[in-house]
Amino acid sequence: MFGLNSKDTKLLLVVIALTMLAPFILNPFPEGSAMAQFNGGYPDLMQRLVIFGIFAIGFNILFGLTGYLSFGHAAFLGVGSYAAIWMMKLLTMNVIPAIMISVLVAGLFSLLVGWISLRRSGIYFSILTLAFAQMSYSLAYSVLTPITGGETGLQPKINDPRILDGALAAGETPRANLFGLEMGSSYEMTFGNWVFTFNAGYYIAAVVMILAFYLSIRIFRSPFGMMLRAVKSNQQRLNYTGLNAKPYTLAAFVISGMYAGLAGGLLVAMDTQVGAERMFWTASGEVVLMTILGGAGTLIGPVLGAGFIKYMENIVSKINKTVLEQWFAFMPDGIEDFIITIVYPFVGKGWHLTLGLLFMLVVIFLPGGLVQGGQKVFGLFRRKKASDEKTDGKTTPAE
Amino acid sequence: MSNSNFTRRGLIKTGAVAGAAGLSLPTYLRADGHSGFTNAPTGDTVTLGFNVPQSGPYADEGADELRAYELAVEHLNGGGDGGLMNTFSSKALQGNGILGKKVEYVTGDTQTKSDAARASARSMIEKDGAIMITGGSSSGVAVAVQALCQEAGVIFMAGLTHSNDTTGKDKKANGFRHFFNSYMSGAALAPILASNYGKDRKAYHLTADYNWGYTTEEAVRTSTEAMGWETVAAVKTPLTQTDFSSYIAPVLQSGADVLVLNHYGGNMVNSLTNAVQFGLRDKQVNGKNFEIVVPLYSRLMAKGAGANVKGIFGSTNWHWSLQDDGSKAFVKSFGTKYGFPPSQAAHTCYVQALLYADAVERAGSFNPCAVGEALKDFEFDGMGNGPTLYRGEDHQCFKDVLVVKGKENPTSEFDLLEIVEITPVSQVTYDAGIFGGELGVCNPGA
Repeated sequence: MFGLNSKDTKLLLVVIALTMLAPFILNPFPEGSAMAQFNGGYPDLMQRLVIFGIFAIGFNILFGLTGYLSFGHAAFLGVGSYAAIWMMKLLTMNVIPAIMISVLVAGLFSLLVGWISLRRSGIYFSILTLAFAQMSYSLAYSVLTPITGGETGLQPKINDPRILDGALAAGETPRANLFGLEMGSSYEMTFGNWVFTFNAGYYIAAVVMILAFYLSIRIFRSPFGMMLRAVKSNQQRLNYTGLNAKPYTLAAFVISGMYAGLAGGLLVAMDTQVGAERMFWTASGEVVLMTILGGAGTLIGPVLGAGFIKYMENIVSKINKTVLEQWFAFMPDGIEDFIITIVYPFVGKGWHLTLGLLFMLVVIFLPGGLVQGGQKVFGLFRRKKASDEKTDGKTTPAE
Repeated sequence: MSNSNFTRRGLIKTGAVAGAAGLSLPTYLRADGHSGFTNAPTGDTVTLGFNVPQSGPYADEGADELRAYELAVEHLNGGGDGGLMNTFSSKALQGNGILGKKVEYVTGDTQTKSDAARASARSMIEKDGAIMITGGSSSGVAVAVQALCQEAGVIFMAGLTHSNDTTGKDKKANGFRHFFNSYMSGAALAPILASNYGKDRKAYHLTADYNWGYTTEEAVRTSTEAMGWETVAAVKTPLTQTDFSSYIAPVLQSGADVLVLNHYGGNMVNSLTNAVQFGLRDKQVNGKNFEIVVPLYSRLMAKGAGANVKGIFGSTNWHWSLQDDGSKAFVKSFGTKYGFPPSQAAHTCYVQALLYADAVERAGSFNPCAVGEALKDFEFDGMGNGPTLYRGEDHQCFKDVLVVKGKENPTSEFDLLEIVEITPVSQVTYDAGIFGGELGVCNPGA
């Protein structure tokens, strides 16, 4: 289907199902229960999950296929965001032009950065991209304050020109919309104690992510993708066969830059604010973590990694001492205090610690990321079946 | 996953039930349809969102803010000694929560990044049903979260934010600030500087290269120049700079005899330490002693800079050594609970939480527009800053400003600043229009 083989089609269908049913999947616990803390099905987090999914998918096209580790991808995300917010300020609050211009501008910027950085490979390439990203950050934070708003960032204002939009009614604030459908509007479904939120912005971002995912499958399976893999496995050999790898790596770089720009544009569409921190090197590092945590070079891995990190950041960081006290209230006082003392450093502001530990565990025991973990679990079941068969007498000689 | 049985039949049934019962309402950010505003509290509790930096450069301030909020919630719910509720001029608060609803709270980490702060605030509004967001320790974050709250239709009570922009060009109808700003710092400092250092000084500015730095430099410059000072040069320093020696060296050659450090937090600690190490304060220029000025002081900064702050002038919003009833009551209940005196960040956050609760009581509703109406042009006293006005035009508090000096002989690790003068509010008041921006109208969401 859609030019995919059956395995990829299945994967795509799984992704479609997951994204479309996300409001249910992420809100498994009824309101008011102790576990409701772990519900992630509110618009902001759902939007972030798919948007950073797009960012990581794009990064994976570069890193997973060519092996070029860019440490400056956040710059493209940021440039895309700034382009989008200016489009909203100047032209219209409709998200379509904003998203289109963000992809375009990020593409041009990545062409420039890629053209310079790709003269080197390995660690030198990483350092060059990191330098570009930090430079963009510093420029946006202070030197370019008239364009970027500096530390305060940019937001749509009531008195922006917005030449395509009509005048706002008195007391209205400009809101991002898709032909009148506001990104923030939600439809709530209450079922017993469960509340599921269906958010317009989320579904728009989700559709874009599915398209981005589909495109990435096509790239992975194309001859172009094969060339990129060849670059990763042995660039020198490729050069000796008379092939120039640069156009391929540059194309991959620009494509992944455009994905980052798309993610940036969507971030602005969902939450109309841009700040320079979006380009800080930690943001570039985060997408590397997402990709490696999920499984670099796999199709679904980066999406899982992005979801995992964003979920940790938004849910675990909000567990504070009061919440812990509620959870462990049933225990005797001494034990309660003891357990809270042990757990507390790992939640709330300590979420980085938890994430770091999990990252270490994944890298040490599952070098292939969460995807490898999934495969191992499936493998476990399969082996069980195989051993069942063995009892039937179908034994194979051991070497 | 308790609801994984998503068969087609189940889904249709769910939809039918929800639809038939009329329970599925089109809403904006979880508004409660029948009450007419976002996150109207329905049960016997009300949730406030405390959004403070728990990691990053201002984590110390954030931790102190959170302590203050916890104390405020305790007092609002009738626990502890009641703190400032006893000295507050408005007596609407009963110690039985807000409008009889028990106060609960959720916390989040702004990381001192506007993106993270907005994500955290949005999750409080969308997931936890917070009716008010408060906190923050940087103007960038305050402006970003304030805009979000305006859009979502909840009240934002700014924490520590000193830039003119928060209630200047970026002001919003749903946002309120108790803390003072750069303009007031400049206006309060200039006369003190003129009377101590003379009117014919030459100033050299080192300015942190971001919005707050710009507005502070601008404010100090304008008010000192009005006193007759001359500005020799104003140099921007990167926010991430930790060694300022290369910026200090040219100061001596410039012929300036005063150095103004428009730095905050770690920046100020480092630049001041560098300047003192260079021996600037022992120098004589133009026949006068060389002096250093730090427009915005905090106790945490004074602690970081140690003995270097001795005798250096600056301004602050509040200091625990103030002797009015309000300040004494606050220091007492904070000290009893945590064992040390509160910082100015803790004070402003505590006061903001109480002011919000009081406004709700007086308005008789949690509706942001009603609360805004109650806070507008509200005059109060007994909160530690003397008589204070919440100006309606820009939602900025007007109150006396403290000019402080690093203490020569500190008696404890908290006793680092001494109050030189309490500049009366009339001297720091300005016209609401001078920074531009539009307040807009209040947005109740829904």
